[in-house]
Amino acid sequence: MSGHLTPGAGTVAGATPGAIHRANLQGRARRWLQFASPAAFYGPAGTLATLLLPLSLVLALVGLYIGFLVAPTDAQQGDAYRIIFVHVPAAWLSMVIYAAMAFWSAVGLVANTRLSAMMAGALAPTGALFTFLALWTGALWGKPTWGAWWVWDARLTSELLLLFLYLGFIALQAAIDDPRRADRAGAVLALVGTVNLPIIYFSVKWWNTLHQGASVSISSAPTIATPMLLGMLVMALAMWSYAAAAALLRLRCIILERERQAAWVARLAQGEHA
Amino acid sequence: MIGMLAWIVKRDLLLAGRRSADALGSLGFFVIACSLFPLGVGPEPAALRSMAPGVLWVAALLAATLSLPRLFSADHADGTLEQMLLSTEPLVLIVAGKAVAHWLVSGLPLALLSPLLALQFGLDSRSMAVLLASLLLGTPILSLVGAVAAALSLGARSSGVLVALLALPLYTPVLVFGAGAVDALGAGGGAVAHLLLLGAGLGFALALAPWAAAAALRIALE
Repeated sequence: MSGHLTPGAGTVAGATPGAIHRANLQGRARRWLQFASPAAFYGPAGTLATLLLPLSLVLALVGLYIGFLVAPTDAQQGDAYRIIFVHVPAAWLSMVIYAAMAFWSAVGLVANTRLSAMMAGALAPTGALFTFLALWTGALWGKPTWGAWWVWDARLTSELLLLFLYLGFIALQAAIDDPRRADRAGAVLALVGTVNLPIIYFSVKWWNTLHQGASVSISSAPTIATPMLLGMLVMALAMWSYAAAAALLRLRCIILERERQAAWVARLAQGEHA
Repeated sequence: MIGMLAWIVKRDLLLAGRRSADALGSLGFFVIACSLFPLGVGPEPAALRSMAPGVLWVAALLAATLSLPRLFSADHADGTLEQMLLSTEPLVLIVAGKAVAHWLVSGLPLALLSPLLALQFGLDSRSMAVLLASLLLGTPILSLVGAVAAALSLGARSSGVLVALLALPLYTPVLVFGAGAVDALGAGGGAVAHLLLLGAGLGFALALAPWAAAAALRIALE
């Protein structure tokens, strides 16, 4: 990546301000790029995770407080709607994590960095978890409001297909023994899935309108009260930081597993045992 | 380049002809799977008629996934695939040729057989024609997208199950528009929109899927 750069250009006497600025940028980029090495990111990942986990706990407590005690009871659905504070953030996260997974997959394929692919692999189980959570809470919400655990609504169906895409990604990575091959094959699958996801979503949406009309519609939700929105946002942030922490902790495990032959892991293990 | 494409198609067709039991097997699976549905849900003609497009399309999807592992595995086993990767011709073209051959062997006969099965389900002739058209447009997409899944799972453990797990979620738009075309005709709307969308999907898959499959093959054999 930095093959064409001129190292130390900023120290040359008489360098133009542009060159100094460029050199500064290069220095900063290099400082960041060092974290592309699994060994260099192992420590910071742990620090980040230990910061994010308590943060997510605090945010979740605040969000649940707003959701259960501050937000008003819904005029139509009573208190049953309160699952929205788990359901909607989980559904958001399920899609955000897929996007993040595809992003790191693309970075891994283009820049051939091992850590990016490990990150994509670390994100997948958390993404699948949130997708499942969104479906599960959706079922719990559907029973009292629609009278059915499951409706073939466009959103539910495309969320289910998203879960299948996650499971396919995890299964593919698990079925290939060589870790580098598994990384790259998973990356291609994640990107193919990203191209396909909008098509799946719109096809399912159209299929749904063709088949069952507007008997159930959650797309035309009425404007919701501010505490509801606030609770949802806080819960989304809580889940976001939990997802990041969980993915980083899983990443640390993956790094240790992949780098078990490396000297720094041996030193780490000795340091912990001593 | 066109010569290369034609050569690959010809070669794969020849190989499929020498092992005709494989192709006939997935065709037989298609027929059997469709015939099981009336046994499972009962012989009411009205119910069967409304189910027919979906049943035939789902069976077509399953039959396509069943035949996908064959797409690269034999060439992988005897080393031909490695020679193809080393060839000066673009790998994308080779993959496209193999997908075309796969469609000619599995998708096309299945589509041509569909009116016969539609007859058993009591579809009228117009629905039958739309079903045939939707299968003719849709099954090539199954072969093209399936090539990506087949290439990804090449050499993986239990690749037969894996290929279905990877391909089927990606197939859902084809199922929706394929079966939807016949349904739309029955509901009074025209089937043209669905068929046009299937055609668009075919163009899309034709442009992108060979690239993804070629990338996956390179990964599988590196």
